[in-house]
Amino acid sequence: MSDYNFAYLDEQTKRMIRRAILKGVAVPGYQVPFASREMPMPYGWGTGGVQVTAACLVPEDTLKVIDQGADDTTNAVSIRKFFERTAGVPVTDATADATVIQTRHRIPEHPLTEGQILVYQVPIPEPLRFLEPREVETRKMHELEEYGLMHVKLYEDIARHGQIATSYAYPVKVGGRYVMDPSPIPKFDNPKLSGSPALQLFGAGREQRIYALPPYCDVVSLDFDDHPFDPSKAPHDCDLCAADGSYLDEVIVDDQGGRMFVCSDTDFCQGRRRAGHVGRLGVPDDTGPDAERGA
Amino acid sequence: MYVAVKGGERAIDNAHAFLAEERRGDPAVAELSVAQIRHQLALAVNRVMAEGSLYDPDLAALAIKQARGDLIEAVFLIRAYRTTLPRLGASRPVDTAAMDCVRRISATFKDAPGGQVLGPTFDYTHRLLDFKLMAEGGAVAAPATAPAATGHVPHITGFLNRDGLIETDTPCDAVPPDLTREPMELPTTRPLRLQAITRGDEGFILSMAYSTQRGYGRTHAFVGELRIGTVAVEMDIPELGFAVQIGEVELTECETVNQFKGSKTEQPRFTRGYGLVFGQSERKAIAMSLVDRALRWKELGEDDTGAPAQDEEFVLMHADNIQATGFLEHIKLPHYVDFQSELELVRRLRAEATQMQRAAE
Repeated sequence: MSDYNFAYLDEQTKRMIRRAILKGVAVPGYQVPFASREMPMPYGWGTGGVQVTAACLVPEDTLKVIDQGADDTTNAVSIRKFFERTAGVPVTDATADATVIQTRHRIPEHPLTEGQILVYQVPIPEPLRFLEPREVETRKMHELEEYGLMHVKLYEDIARHGQIATSYAYPVKVGGRYVMDPSPIPKFDNPKLSGSPALQLFGAGREQRIYALPPYCDVVSLDFDDHPFDPSKAPHDCDLCAADGSYLDEVIVDDQGGRMFVCSDTDFCQGRRRAGHVGRLGVPDDTGPDAERGA
Repeated sequence: MYVAVKGGERAIDNAHAFLAEERRGDPAVAELSVAQIRHQLALAVNRVMAEGSLYDPDLAALAIKQARGDLIEAVFLIRAYRTTLPRLGASRPVDTAAMDCVRRISATFKDAPGGQVLGPTFDYTHRLLDFKLMAEGGAVAAPATAPAATGHVPHITGFLNRDGLIETDTPCDAVPPDLTREPMELPTTRPLRLQAITRGDEGFILSMAYSTQRGYGRTHAFVGELRIGTVAVEMDIPELGFAVQIGEVELTECETVNQFKGSKTEQPRFTRGYGLVFGQSERKAIAMSLVDRALRWKELGEDDTGAPAQDEEFVLMHADNIQATGFLEHIKLPHYVDFQSELELVRRLRAEATQMQRAAE
């Protein structure tokens, strides 16, 4: 792939994207329009995240790509391969070893640190979109800080269901100003958005928007005093590593209704198993704490 | 026991190999060449060039071959390639009045300078399967006279304009916006709208245009003129100080003449809709001019009837089939995490509802 520039995009395009990122960092939670390019993967499959990652990567970086928390889901594999080919940067599964992490639908369980960049793939960046389909209108609402519609929606949820019936892509308010869509992460992950030492960047390719949360930015999940935000998850422990505080996937294991719950963050789960934790259905992992990927 | 989601990497490689095998098909059947596609499936090539926004029949034919005939996939390949190309400069505006027409018809005048030239059209064929084509080979009888290479053919709307019966388009030298280099900002301008529509999905633009004919934003369109042919592409070379021809492209241009009863701001007269598409893409060019005209309601002081084709945000944000197909098909990617959170929510809501029912009993 030597015909392409480092990390695929040409330097002019990267500069354009970096400008949008800088503006996003300067105005946390504000959706910055950018001239999204056609990428060699389909819109809706992470083109926004890929462009942001490409604009951030330098040869010294170590990249991690996850989808649904896992490093080896098909689309994560595809995106990781893309950067291995076009940027030649080292890749890793270990959250702590990565300098840039591109993610779809999850924030890693392992706490992020200063200097790390977490890049989110965003399908619909506009938190008000399903309340008001028109971009002209929603931009005006953000300008005027007119978020009444969103509160009415949350209130109606409570009136109808007794609770806020949004379980992922749960809206947040950033720095006391912009209401922001945190991408379709489960609301369980919302508390990790706030005060994170890492830089968090959000890229929506098809919708041509970039937005950002600078490190240690204040992010509040929308709620009411009498109905406080509840970052719920399945009431189980991981069946492989016995973790009781991680987000779980439900896996159907037979046709008798049998199921098991396992960490959605595969690196986190693996790490715990290597450290000797064994869940209800797990087997002791003897590969040791230093075992490499694929071992 | 937990192995189902592992092995993504190997699965992808195998899927690609399987795809390549399926693309080739039965090895006993001769392989299709790119030249064959270019010359014998020319209308498919045209569509891929138009929606891919790249005039290169060979690459379009290659994309069709690689995409196994899936034209949207072929458009996608062309778009992804196009985005990597350097921009060396911009051509001069092409002069469609100087088009070498192979086809030129008007539905508003029985005859006009330049004449009615049918050209290679399906229009008056009877749509009966020609089983002779199943038997390969055989020379095709040449048409009786060579197609009229008419040179300079004046635009029909020009004749109307002499009498002031149709709106005048004022020429403008402003640099047009480029929707592939700047994010689309709404409300847009007509040049940007035309750009978006000409690369928009043919099926979508067709349906939008059709909806205006059926009363959703009716514009009373006549095909003032439809012409297909090649035009010269000229570029100013700074070192030379003048423009030189760097090639030619085949275009389809459609100008509609639309009835207009006048409004608060405008006198009664005819108005225009405009369509311009790469290659011989007649259906698309006509549809484009209808949609263009429908979207101009504001500048002409017409009423917003709430029709989809009048709504530029609706039309422009949903016309691109590469955006649409990507987002549509992304729902087959894993969504375990979101689905899991929905599962928890539904279970909780059901548990509460059951409790309330029991309490009520």
